[in-house]
Amino acid sequence: MQVPAPFEYQRATSVDHALELLARLGPEARLLAGGHSLLPMMKLRLAAPEYLIDLDGLASELGYVREHPTTSGPPAIRSGSPPARTSGSPCDELRIGAMTRHRELLESELLATRLTIFRDAEQVIADPVVRNRGTIGGALCQADPAEDLSAVCAAVDARMVIRGPEGERVVDMRDFYRGPYETAVGDGEMLVEIRVPLLDASGSAYEKVNRRVGDWAVAAAAASVSLTRGTIERAGIALTAVGAAVKSTDAEEALSGRPPSDELFAQAGALAAAACSPASDQRGSAEYKRHVVGVLTRRALRRATARALLEVERCT
Amino acid sequence: MHVTVWVNDQEYTRYVEPRLLLVHFLRDELDLTGTHWGCDTSNCGTCVVLMDGEPVKSCTVLAATAAGHEIRTVEGLERGGVLDPVQQGFTEEHGLQCGFCTSGMMLTARALLDRNPAPTDEEIREAISGQICRCTGYATIVRSIRWAAEHATEEVSG
Repeated sequence: MQVPAPFEYQRATSVDHALELLARLGPEARLLAGGHSLLPMMKLRLAAPEYLIDLDGLASELGYVREHPTTSGPPAIRSGSPPARTSGSPCDELRIGAMTRHRELLESELLATRLTIFRDAEQVIADPVVRNRGTIGGALCQADPAEDLSAVCAAVDARMVIRGPEGERVVDMRDFYRGPYETAVGDGEMLVEIRVPLLDASGSAYEKVNRRVGDWAVAAAAASVSLTRGTIERAGIALTAVGAAVKSTDAEEALSGRPPSDELFAQAGALAAAACSPASDQRGSAEYKRHVVGVLTRRALRRATARALLEVERCT
Repeated sequence: MHVTVWVNDQEYTRYVEPRLLLVHFLRDELDLTGTHWGCDTSNCGTCVVLMDGEPVKSCTVLAATAAGHEIRTVEGLERGGVLDPVQQGFTEEHGLQCGFCTSGMMLTARALLDRNPAPTDEEIREAISGQICRCTGYATIVRSIRWAAEHATEEVSG
């Protein structure tokens, strides 16, 4: 029987309460979101916190996907109902609460139309029952090297809102992800929101290879593309499970300012494959994974660009 | 710590260790052994119960977290001596051999049909894709759930 080591249990009733508890209980306290990464680690004694602060009660305060209007500037986060969206007002950012569950991300119409990469990824994250509990904030903070949403967030230039006793700070994925199981979230702090820019004429896609439903990725590639007058204005590429520093900067730079084509995508795929550092394990050899990265990067770019072109068509 | 959980429309309070998992709370504290306990790693899905109407793997939920939520187990599917159409469907279509995965499968099926009363076979297969059956090859399970969907409004007698 696998059971976690003993701990003291606290239940947070709000973000402020969670921060108070973190301050009072000190660095031996851990936050419990959906529990589908932390509890398995605790069963294996890879984690043995003295205190567990359950965020289950914050599922409504921090469970949302909404557009943030450009015109008005309300505070980013507040408890209670979200600000009503004026019909037709331009929105330049999408905001996702850290306790938003995988299932809500998968079923969000807003994400499906504006940031399709989230739907792509959520279809292949764990299984439907696990997705009922797991949260985006929990996944990002666990920072498992085979976890999907870190690459998704990196590819679309998401920024992470971290709240602590001193207030809020906002970091991009490059600063957030410090390596396996390590993030920029410090003692006494918590991730509360993910902010994703909404760019015109853009598309995004996620491609993953795994051995069976619910398994971690052998490898996966996340891509986003923004077009201007027939050329790629900016591209975001990030990889999962292949030891990459999340972003594939070489591949991104190769795409910038050039017209999209299959040859160009293949070239970007080769650059991404060359820059990653996969390890041989039971899911495949390093050589095989590197090959998969090249193919998946090319496919993700192709789909992201097709979606961007559709977006251009819709807007003209 | 004292934990109060609603299970099958009944309130239960027990004094438990905070680390107690919901599956053991149900089986060992409440004697509701219809919820099975399998892989312990949230892979097999035999421990699935409904939490506020949605399937969750009870080996990966603390009993303490379940406090304040409504839990439904396989014991709560039957109502007043009348089997749930899902239970009847598993009987009619031979949806089980050894029965180890069955309670979890039936609860996921119930939640699916509550949201989507007429699912396609593909939707049924997607819904149960987090649960493992080693006997039936899934074909009879899918048929059982389809039977339940087709007989949802009929009076099914136990």
